Amino acid sequence: MIDDGEEVVERGKANLLVFESLTKKYGAITAVDNLNLKIGRSEFFGLLGPNGAGKTTTIRMLSTLTTPSSGSIYIDGLKIDRNLTGIKARIGVVPQHMNLEGEMTAWQNLELHGRLYGLKKEARQQRIEELLEFTELSDRAHDLARKLSGGMKRKLMIARALMHRPEILLMDEPTVGLDAAVRRKMWDLMKGLNKNGLTVLLTTHYIEEAEILCGRVGLMNGGKLVELDTPDNLIAKTGRFVLEYFENGETRSRFFASRQDAIQSAAGMEGGVNIRPANLEDTFITLTNRKVGG
Amino acid sequence: MQFMTILWQEYVLFKAKFWSITTGTMIAPVLYLIAFGWGLGSGMQVGGSSYIDFVIPGIIALTTMTVSFSTIANDINISRTYTMTFEEFMIAPVSMLVLALGKITAGALRGLYSAFIIILLAMIFRAGLQVDGYLLLLTTLNCLVFSALGFTAGLLIQSHGDMAKFNSFIITPMSFLCGTFFPLDRMPSGIKEFIWLLPLTHTTLALRDRGSDILSAFIHPVVLLLYLLIFLVVGVMICNRAE
Repeated sequence: MIDDGEEVVERGKANLLVFESLTKKYGAITAVDNLNLKIGRSEFFGLLGPNGAGKTTTIRMLSTLTTPSSGSIYIDGLKIDRNLTGIKARIGVVPQHMNLEGEMTAWQNLELHGRLYGLKKEARQQRIEELLEFTELSDRAHDLARKLSGGMKRKLMIARALMHRPEILLMDEPTVGLDAAVRRKMWDLMKGLNKNGLTVLLTTHYIEEAEILCGRVGLMNGGKLVELDTPDNLIAKTGRFVLEYFENGETRSRFFASRQDAIQSAAGMEGGVNIRPANLEDTFITLTNRKVGG
Repeated sequence: MQFMTILWQEYVLFKAKFWSITTGTMIAPVLYLIAFGWGLGSGMQVGGSSYIDFVIPGIIALTTMTVSFSTIANDINISRTYTMTFEEFMIAPVSMLVLALGKITAGALRGLYSAFIIILLAMIFRAGLQVDGYLLLLTTLNCLVFSALGFTAGLLIQSHGDMAKFNSFIITPMSFLCGTFFPLDRMPSGIKEFIWLLPLTHTTLALRDRGSDILSAFIHPVVLLLYLLIFLVVGVMICNRAE
């Protein structure tokens, strides 16, 4: 269900994050188009979409790096603003690009963050030790950040975002460029954080990632939120089973509510057919084609 | 706390690159001292004193200008457009004013470090340089003014190539024209008045005149303070809108 622009958005305690008619334009291009969305406390929410869908712009507006053209974002009813330092302290950000200070050690990167967020010396040092252990980076604490592997840098960026114990963790494609094994470790790490009550807003174009991690998913395309539901319900919208067959030089798909229906439909078909459970990727392609592609 | 954090980070980076920063800072002043002091200036007199004594205040002014400006302008520009490390400060609960003050002070301290090196070199070259509170005040103001300009330029300019152009069109001409290597009264009328408006001119004149008359001793720091305020306000405004 997508909130329409006319709905009065509740900015109460149940909704930790509220996006109200949020729009960002760069000249003639609308990167985010009238986004209305509520995210609850301790929710693991995923924004899913192809490159250019508006996911990163949304995260940048939430983290105050970009100013909305119109509309607002509220945390616990308080409007986000670059100079409202109290609100900013409630957010942790893991950006898409590596933005660690390469000439500082892992420890110093965390120390810098802790100092910027006003942590006292003792609390800061204790937190750094905890987080380095949590991210399995204790033995690399005094290595320069630029000398860490890609996976280690990502973990360090997550540790850095958690330094000040934020209520909301924004993760913008945190597993981009990581190999499958490291990605799975990162998933465990993220799941663990959410289990401990942290509200997570994740953007990804890895559909499997959203399916595994997120309680609810918003599908974005062309700056618009085109669908919003649990991964399971989104899959059910198109059909739980997909029949794939080759016709006129291309692979085509048809969706069915049950495997039995798919088997019956495939009975008369010539050539190779494949019946498998549908996933969020199928749903995404179907829904965006239908809704956006017209 | 956050102001000190910004300085702490600069200190960590400074410590890590101490020797490359120190030797890099020394090269230009040593070349100026050799060329304009020993080479061109040997036996040459300006206003009744040796050319090396005349040129040292100019070298202090221009070196602290270039070091303060380029340290902060390049740092902000690269960290904003390339390494993206500037985002760490933008998302942190730090007001844009504190961020600007921290970065500007960090750049100014690097400029003051270069001044310290030049003073040491001046002693080695046996130049007659009087180190006192007035010199320290004017040098500090000069560092702050150009660090603030660097902060603003670093936020406004979108690429490293454009930063080089800014250096070529603004910083380099000031280095040579603002009374650093020759007296301003040798410049044609019209140009001389324009040059007088530039901040580096006031630092050079003040360091050279040493407050010989009360009016100029007062005017030069006030002009520098005005420039500092303008650059600081513009810098904070741009920082508030920066994306």
